[in-house]
Amino acid sequence: MDHTDHTGHAGHVSSPGFYIVIFAALLILTFATVLVARIDLGVMNDVVALGIAVTKAVLVLLFFMHVRYSTRLTALTAVGGFLWLAILIGITLTDYMSRGATMPVPGK
Amino acid sequence: MASTTIDTHHHPRLQHQFDSLEQQKESSTLGMWMFLVTEIMFFGGLFTAYVVYRTKYPHVFAAASHHLDVTLGGLNTAVLIGSSLTMALSIWAAQVNKRKLIVIFLIATMALGTVFLGVKAKEYSDKFTHHLVPGAHFAPEDPHLQGVAQDQAQIFFSLYFMMTGLHALHMIIGLGILAALIRPSWKGRFDALYHTPLECTGLYWHFVDIVWIFLFPLLYLLGAHAH
Repeated sequence: MDHTDHTGHAGHVSSPGFYIVIFAALLILTFATVLVARIDLGVMNDVVALGIAVTKAVLVLLFFMHVRYSTRLTALTAVGGFLWLAILIGITLTDYMSRGATMPVPGK
Repeated sequence: MASTTIDTHHHPRLQHQFDSLEQQKESSTLGMWMFLVTEIMFFGGLFTAYVVYRTKYPHVFAAASHHLDVTLGGLNTAVLIGSSLTMALSIWAAQVNKRKLIVIFLIATMALGTVFLGVKAKEYSDKFTHHLVPGAHFAPEDPHLQGVAQDQAQIFFSLYFMMTGLHALHMIIGLGILAALIRPSWKGRFDALYHTPLECTGLYWHFVDIVWIFLFPLLYLLGAHAH
């Protein structure tokens, strides 16, 4: 956590050049996701598309939203939000994806 | 690092219940994040509905997705990422005490946000023209979307309009907040010591950007390799 310096009253200040690098990376990833979607990779299409989307989201979170330079409590709150979303989607899917897949009850 | 020697314990923007501006800012940022967590769950319900129906009708979703305009969607993704850049730069301008640049970058952010909504309006209008709006007049010409598939495709387009509509509503609210920030920014209310309203608005704006980062591949790119 060497970036959380309190010497400057504004906290960490990223340079415009750094923001432009992040912006360029986000644009390149957008092009990549459009290009990859044109190739039929089966299930891997979803994996790649979500992988790129998560990468882009993490870049925005860390650098545009300054989570990289925020307090641990703020970072934990952000992570917590996405964790709860994963629980919502994950547990809902355990129901929908297992319907019709019940085991026969022994002795019946 | 900071050349200013103003006592942050007696800054005019410091509310009495806080010890320092840093503590005040951390408190505001944490509060904004708590709100964003509720926003994650707000959009999360729709994302969950999408995942459930997408798992149930994967082929119809891919065929229906083919009717969304990848070029316009991709353009909007770039526009929104650009608006996140200008939003981040307006906060940077405050951090380095450049009052006019704050206003210029806020206006740039609003301009890009408006372009996004304009493109969205064009897309919505195309959907009405092609009878792809769920309801009594839903009548896609695509042979892949007839019979039972037509009902299932309505679920896709319902999710499309709900998810992008809720996202667009957030953009409109964001534009209102940005507009409200221009006057105080111009009057010099925000500087390196105090710019929490800009910071919290930035968090909101970037969050809306993240929602679109997921909406774009999930809605537009499913059918890209089909047909």
